[in-house]
Amino acid sequence: MLRLLWLIPALPAAGFVVLVVLGRRLSRTAVAVVGAGSVGLSALVALAVCLDFIASPPPGDAYRQVLWTWFDTGGLAPRIAFYLDAVSVVFVLVITGVGFLIHLYSTEYMEEDEAFARFFIYMNLFVASMLVLVLADNLLLLYLGWEGVGLCSYLLISFWQRDVGNVYAGRKAFIVTRVGDTALIVGLFLLFTQLHTLDIQPLMEDAAAEWAAGSGFAVAAAALLLGGAVGKSAQLPLQTWLPDAMAGPTPVSALIHAATMVTAGVYLIARTNVLFSLAPDVRLAMAVVGTATLLYAGFSALAQRDIKRVLAYSTISQIGYMFLALGVSGWSAAVFHFMTHAFFKALLFLGAGVVIEALGGEHDIFRMGGLRRRLPGAFWTFVIGAAALAALPIVTAGFYSKDLIVATSWASVDGSVWLWLGALAGAFVTSLYAFRLVFVVFFGQEHTAVTRPPRWRLQLPLIVLGAFSVVGGLVWLPEWMGGSHPLATFLETALPETRLVHDALAESVAGTAVAVVVVLSGIGLAYLLWLRGRAATAAFAVRPVPRAVAAFWLAGWSFDWLYERLFVLPVKWFARVARDDLVDPAFTGLAWLNVQAWRALSASQNGLLRLYVGVAGAGVVLILALVILR
Amino acid sequence: MAAVSLDHGLILAGLLFAIGFAGLLTRRNVIVVLACIEIMLNASGLAFVVAGARWGRADGQVMFLFVLAMAAAEVAVGLAIAIRFRQTTGRLDVDSADELKG
Amino acid sequence: MTVLFFIAAAVAVISTVLVVTRSNLIHALLYLVVSLFAVAIVFFTLGAPFVAALEVIVYAGAIMMLFVFAVMLLTVRADRPSRLTWSAWAGPVVLVGILLAELIYGIGLSGRALDGATVGPRDVSAALFGPYVLGVELASILLLAALVGARHVSAQPDDGPGSEAAPEGAGDGAGDEDERDDEEDEP
Repeated sequence: MLRLLWLIPALPAAGFVVLVVLGRRLSRTAVAVVGAGSVGLSALVALAVCLDFIASPPPGDAYRQVLWTWFDTGGLAPRIAFYLDAVSVVFVLVITGVGFLIHLYSTEYMEEDEAFARFFIYMNLFVASMLVLVLADNLLLLYLGWEGVGLCSYLLISFWQRDVGNVYAGRKAFIVTRVGDTALIVGLFLLFTQLHTLDIQPLMEDAAAEWAAGSGFAVAAAALLLGGAVGKSAQLPLQTWLPDAMAGPTPVSALIHAATMVTAGVYLIARTNVLFSLAPDVRLAMAVVGTATLLYAGFSALAQRDIKRVLAYSTISQIGYMFLALGVSGWSAAVFHFMTHAFFKALLFLGAGVVIEALGGEHDIFRMGGLRRRLPGAFWTFVIGAAALAALPIVTAGFYSKDLIVATSWASVDGSVWLWLGALAGAFVTSLYAFRLVFVVFFGQEHTAVTRPPRWRLQLPLIVLGAFSVVGGLVWLPEWMGGSHPLATFLETALPETRLVHDALAESVAGTAVAVVVVLSGIGLAYLLWLRGRAATAAFAVRPVPRAVAAFWLAGWSFDWLYERLFVLPVKWFARVARDDLVDPAFTGLAWLNVQAWRALSASQNGLLRLYVGVAGAGVVLILALVILR
Repeated sequence: MAAVSLDHGLILAGLLFAIGFAGLLTRRNVIVVLACIEIMLNASGLAFVVAGARWGRADGQVMFLFVLAMAAAEVAVGLAIAIRFRQTTGRLDVDSADELKG
Repeated sequence: MTVLFFIAAAVAVISTVLVVTRSNLIHALLYLVVSLFAVAIVFFTLGAPFVAALEVIVYAGAIMMLFVFAVMLLTVRADRPSRLTWSAWAGPVVLVGILLAELIYGIGLSGRALDGATVGPRDVSAALFGPYVLGVELASILLLAALVGARHVSAQPDDGPGSEAAPEGAGDGAGDEDERDDEEDEP
């Protein structure tokens, strides 16, 4: 059964090829069947393969399938080879499972779009690339998948290309992630030139053997890989592309920018965790970046009006939690949070899509309202998603994973109380904005009427994801709840265990209690501000100071303004200056110089006899002087 | 006849030549320019004669004779040109003969 | 003889300076005549009486007369206000000063006295008919060329061959030399 591993990325790729060749000639239904079906089949195969893997793990807890050698030159001979271990099992299942649900959802969501086939072409290519990324045995193949998802992200963000704003958003995403990609490829160069291989497992072993902890190469390589991850996962300072990427269709936002692509950075770091273990400073930087990002994005989400932008900033914030976990060596915790986040964030996005579709394209939450009676299915699943996002205790999956991260940020050997406080503050803000969203969209007075209620293909994925958002956390219970953690045990076959300093049960219970209080108070505050006292809140919001602060947070803390001044304008200025061929004056300058010299010389030919005689005389004097002086 | 010093003779020749050259560079009247040329030719002839006297031979004087002939020829043509110049431009200013400029 | 030399030299230098600085053209030419006379005396003190005579006869006599004729033909206006300011002389004087210094330095003061022996016309003639006979022939051709050239340059548009246009005088001085040389040439 494990031998079918290669089918998992191959099936969506085949779907891509079929749609490219035949897409225009097939009917909508056929396109939907091929497009969603290829991912669905892949999900089934993945389920079979992974169950086989879990039930009877291969030796070394890893399975490698080599297909062929990609190329062989200059000592570099990467192979097309897939590697399955605990980490990739989790990722593959999430990608194919959530991916299939989203494809199913898209068949109804995009049904009236004239570029229906093109959508599924891009989506299939995306899923294939992402699967190649997580199954790759060597970093070059991983980079192939990395670039593939970047390409598809660009194509899908600017999917409605008639509106040039969407194209700019896609371009911005591509350029900003490019910065990270460049860091990543330089990191690959470094690794290859120093360790002479890009196969991940041998690379990790060689790095551990040859590089001392804290040595220059380890730090450099880890920092470069972190740079790549920061770009792809939209962390500070490369996070500016994600909110604008909401210009794409909602299923795209759900798949790419919530569940899968943005977590590629997390995957990369988890895969190469040996390098990061060798570079404590980089880990600290990662934790700090994660904490700063989660706070930054939380406050920004609080001020957004567009329902998808709230969720975009929320994604940035939650990935910040994953980076925080990775930074404190909580490798498995980060993967766990990835899994639960995929469930509830996809749920939230798909629910937002339902709302937007139902209201005929309305995005502004303050023009929604009172939808809990009109769209009950969407309402209840959205509440579940928001609760999971806010980490409502016990009943949501988000609670278990986020609480684990919060606890690890304090308890880990690399943790610190500041990180813990940051995570807690972030949790407060998270619950605040999550339930702000719920109260403003689904409660209160209706402002826009429902015109297109959802049908089963929009609602089924919501229900499935809602279920997972509730029970998905039960695979890893904390100590004080019984401590059954099959997921942790499973992941530890591939990832190192997190070493804890503060291990006592009492401490962890106290910590969880504090977190629970924080979350509940956040929800309570949201209730007061946006349900009970809506008018008072609105009045407060238009006062000068709150309005300025809100505007600042709305603009993502003005990062776009800053980058515009720092990078975009100088490049544009230089392009304008260089437009008239910068190098040409070097050549025309020669001509000009010649003309000036000619002018000067011809001025001495003024026809005056006396001058000529004088010059001749001066020449004689000069020659005589030379003769005399010799 | 007491002897004259060689150096003094040559210095006299050089002095006369220098004066003539200075005048050539400064004066603008065509006739005066020609006269300055004559001064210079005369000075160089003097140098020849002094040199001949140093060796006690006739060669210096012969050279002076040739210089003289050449000076005469040159004056003939030069004055003809000067007269022509005055006829065509109406002036005797050597600075106005600047059509070969540029 | 030395005293005579110095006096004649002083006169020559002073009158040459005056030639160059006078604004009145006739005055300048007359000073030039004086200078030529003084140089002739210098020749005499050097023991070269033949060229002393030649200097006076040909140079001061014929050539300067040419100048005077030309000036009279050209009806030069009365003295113009002098444009010869001191600043106009500055550059040339500097240049010429350097030249003079170099000449004197180059000559190198050897302190040698000339023996003052007279080289008379007989010796000069022997040289002219001896080694320098070719030069004499060339000089006569040169003079012929000058004659023709001067005639040609000064010809008026309506001049036919043989027409007596004004500045034939340019040929006269040359003619003297020409005739004399031609006579000596005929065997």
